[in-house]
Amino acid sequence: MGEPMGEAIGEPIDTIEKGEGPAKEPVPLHTPPKRRVWGPPAVLPAPEPEHIPAKTTATLLLVTVLVIATCGLVYELLASTLASYVLGDAVLQYSTVIGVYLSAMGIGAWLSGRVERDVARVFVEIEIAVALVGGISAPILFLAFAHLSWFRVVLYGIVLIIGTLVGMEIPLLLRILRERYAFKDLVARVLTVDYLGALVGSLAFPIFFVPRLGLVRTSLVIGGINALTAIASTWLLAEEVKERVSLRVRAGFVLALLIAGIIGADRITLLAEEGLFADEIVYAKQTTYQRIVVTRGRSTFQLFLNGNLQFSSADEYRYHEALVWPAIAARAEAGLPTKNALVLGGGDGLALRDLLKHPGLERVTLVDLDPGMTGLAKSFPLLRNLNEGSLHDPRVKVVNDDAYVWLADEKNAQTYDIVLADFPDPNHYALGKLYTTRMYALMKKKLGPGGIIAVQSTSPLFARKSYWCIARTMEKAGLEIAPYHVFVPSFGEWGFTLARAAGTYATPLTPSRLPELPFKLRYLDDPSLRQLFVLARDMASLDVEINRLDNQVLVHYYEAEWKRYL
Amino acid sequence: MPTRRDVLATFLGASFSAIACRRPQPSPSRTGDLLAPNHERGHLIRDGALLAKFAGPDLPTRSVKVAIVGGGPAGLSAAWRLVRAGLAGPDDVAIFELEDVAGGTSRGGESAVSRYPWGAHYVPVPSPEAKALIVLFQELGVVEGFENDGTPEIAEHVLCRAPEERLYHRGYWYEGLYLHVGATSADFAQFRAFKKELARWNQWRDAKGRHAFVIPLARASDDAEVLALDKISMSAWMRARGFDSPRLRWLVDYGCRDDYALSIDEASAWAGLFYFVSRMGGDDQSSELMTWPDGNARLVRYLAELAGPRLQTGVAVVDVAPREGGGARLGVVDRDGTARRVHAERVIVTAPRYVARKIVAPLRDAPLLSATADAEARAFDYGAWAVANLHLSGRAAASGVPFAWDNVLYESPSLGYVVATHQTGVDHGPTVWTWYYAITGDGKAAREKLLAATHHEWADVAVSDLTRAHRDLGQLLERVDVFRWGHAMTRPIVGQRAALASLRTTAPIGPVHFAHTDLSGVALFEEAHDHGVRAAEEVVAALGLSVPSIR
Repeated sequence: MGEPMGEAIGEPIDTIEKGEGPAKEPVPLHTPPKRRVWGPPAVLPAPEPEHIPAKTTATLLLVTVLVIATCGLVYELLASTLASYVLGDAVLQYSTVIGVYLSAMGIGAWLSGRVERDVARVFVEIEIAVALVGGISAPILFLAFAHLSWFRVVLYGIVLIIGTLVGMEIPLLLRILRERYAFKDLVARVLTVDYLGALVGSLAFPIFFVPRLGLVRTSLVIGGINALTAIASTWLLAEEVKERVSLRVRAGFVLALLIAGIIGADRITLLAEEGLFADEIVYAKQTTYQRIVVTRGRSTFQLFLNGNLQFSSADEYRYHEALVWPAIAARAEAGLPTKNALVLGGGDGLALRDLLKHPGLERVTLVDLDPGMTGLAKSFPLLRNLNEGSLHDPRVKVVNDDAYVWLADEKNAQTYDIVLADFPDPNHYALGKLYTTRMYALMKKKLGPGGIIAVQSTSPLFARKSYWCIARTMEKAGLEIAPYHVFVPSFGEWGFTLARAAGTYATPLTPSRLPELPFKLRYLDDPSLRQLFVLARDMASLDVEINRLDNQVLVHYYEAEWKRYL
Repeated sequence: MPTRRDVLATFLGASFSAIACRRPQPSPSRTGDLLAPNHERGHLIRDGALLAKFAGPDLPTRSVKVAIVGGGPAGLSAAWRLVRAGLAGPDDVAIFELEDVAGGTSRGGESAVSRYPWGAHYVPVPSPEAKALIVLFQELGVVEGFENDGTPEIAEHVLCRAPEERLYHRGYWYEGLYLHVGATSADFAQFRAFKKELARWNQWRDAKGRHAFVIPLARASDDAEVLALDKISMSAWMRARGFDSPRLRWLVDYGCRDDYALSIDEASAWAGLFYFVSRMGGDDQSSELMTWPDGNARLVRYLAELAGPRLQTGVAVVDVAPREGGGARLGVVDRDGTARRVHAERVIVTAPRYVARKIVAPLRDAPLLSATADAEARAFDYGAWAVANLHLSGRAAASGVPFAWDNVLYESPSLGYVVATHQTGVDHGPTVWTWYYAITGDGKAAREKLLAATHHEWADVAVSDLTRAHRDLGQLLERVDVFRWGHAMTRPIVGQRAALASLRTTAPIGPVHFAHTDLSGVALFEEAHDHGVRAAEEVVAALGLSVPSIR
């Protein structure tokens, strides 16, 4: 969508250069006449120091135009695409980025007129600068988005710099080539090749670069091509360029930096992961405990922990309403208020958001292992908007500790009306312990009178044994259970288990209606609440072993079941 | 002065040392303490140098009903039994421990991160026969019920958390201790046949209905078929049955090194089979293990707390002599070197046998016939161990099974390491690894090798050994403490059972009773506990108290 605009507006800039070119022509004459080969027009067939035939040089310089045109367009597309990935609203991002980029090219064209001598050297220097700034643009922008609140300043600043530099390239090259062609041929050939380069760039970007290399590597590779062009130019323009060695060293340095980036980044940063996710990564961080990745699609974003999807902003409300409200409803039905809640895991603050909407809620304690996760939920704008700043609510107390260790610590003796377990799926022994009889016995101890537990229990359809293993393990720990499920499009059928201490009660565990609320939920109403507790035959109970600390059967069930899908 | 390469070659093999020496020793491994039993005080006892202190008649004297010599698992268990039997008064029981810390080889340490073991670190879930041990576990609140056959149901958080063990082989960690990967069908066939043989022994009963291999060994059979296993090495026993699969022999050899500091060629077939069969349940599966962050030090801490002021540490008992007219007289040297006497109606000597022989007058004074000397040497052969506690700032990366409690390296002569924080559920951040190395071969030579290597050298051996499996270990390392156990544990070499039986070491000598795991011929907390309880009950009976046995 941005490509045609890029081409269309590319034209006037060349026109400006053409227009200004003749007016500025006296410039070389102002400078003291040197042994410049391009001084008198007649010098064209002069002997070349590095033995490249003049005709070949001219052709190769046209190839240079093709390459820099391609690169210039790719930078423009990179910035637009990256901005729409991380900020959303593609129309706005493409329009503003292209607008800034093209106007910056105008500035560049104007600035090119201020270059009065050593045009060829300046051209090579500009090439080196484009290679550096353009090459690192995508990694810098991703880092800025992850760590700075003024991302847009960095975005438009970088677009402005690249646009300005790219804007200087063609005018300078035109001036370098003007002795080699008649004016009409010069304009015709250079512009033809320039537009052709735009076409190459616009096709290569979506077809080759993004799918094969991803944005970050594309940026580094294109920068590398610019650096190579700069090095090649020192030979092509050997007659015109002084300080060739110094330029080659500088270009070589930039090239080495970019290559190091391509190699090194593979190990340390998002590059390696780009291929793993369907959408672009907008945040990635390795904490002490896990790798947190946020990706952004067309209008939604997703959170991954260690590569496993935790939620998509498109449909997480279904999941979180199902986790939170049945427990509150079960208490309401027994005539009990829900004032004091414990959330285990759930560092994204989304279950909290729903809990805090409950009018009677007075206090919530959230125990999540990873300060990196709760920190992200507090301050990362995308997530903070989605959880409505729940972690900043004065009713919330955040504890960063392993929920198992925290529960086992006898100092934490308080009891709660509801306890919600929102842990990642048990795909690892460190997580498997959070689904054991021991864990559920500890959770049971945290229940006040009539207390209710709700546990996210993986998919009863895709991982039926795992689901029922969790349910049976809860029963074994002395809990009465009510299995339920919800359809979450990005997860599929998803399972939960409602529970309370086994005993005699006046009301059933399974709720039949939501509590009185001054607002409507997005997903649940009374009939759909009742529907949650209907498990169809393909999700019905299976014979399973109990998950204990000393056997961790659940991790094995889970691995075996999900292996069929992943 | 041996070079670094020599030291690594001695303990980890020449070819490995050549590789390991290309990497420098990480500097944090030079930080740490060197611990050992108190050799100075030990040697004073051995040389009899302190006996002279008791020449004069006017020494301060204290009277107690029962004196216990030694505050390891046997002594503390004896005290526990006496106190529970009603001997709870201030002058009923006194325990004298030579070391400044009680617990023997079941002792542990503690850092800001975790408690950690210095020796024994687990107890298999007791069989119904281990009645007294089950009573102790009931007191600790970890028995939640009983299965039909009387096996206790142990609380989940005390049972070793899965994954229990993993094995490192060529860059990858595999679950379990038997190396499945790359095994041929012949390997598996032998592994199955071996397990079948173990199951046969597990189901075996003698004419009196006793097991061949059971803990406590006091309940085990003395049938000739079992005793015949004492006459050959485990290696010979396996060869005779065609068990030549290298990975099976590795597994059995590892077991012998791990429990006895003996190679498969040195351990008797009895010992090799005991290692596997004694911990099998009625279903022929291995029993689960009970463990704590500091291993069996958890049990010792409980018993020591119960003993309270009855336990005196840093006190050397150098003489135990029966008195005419009943009771016994102890010569005791306090930490500050002052000598005093203790009169006791009964004494329980729970020192290791080589110490007991020096301090108990009738044993010390008895002329040692050469046949007896041979039997003593065969019955009480001690292994040397190095234990290193590696304090780490974080978790080491691993491919394959991400973590386990017990971590063993297939290619290494070490025993690998256990992770102190595993049982607590803390799976991230700083931790402590306890690395074990048992020196096989002749006991005296092993002790010399053990003591010749310094703290730095042992730390280097431990870190170099583990760096082959954890490349990032050097960056995580904060300090390495090393414990050199010269006489770590008794070793069931070929002929040990027969020698032990001929010596009748559990029989009291007048008012002096004996208890120690040495007397079972295998070094296990359970055996020490059983001996302690037995000796205590002997004493209770001799004192004329009517208390039913819990054994």
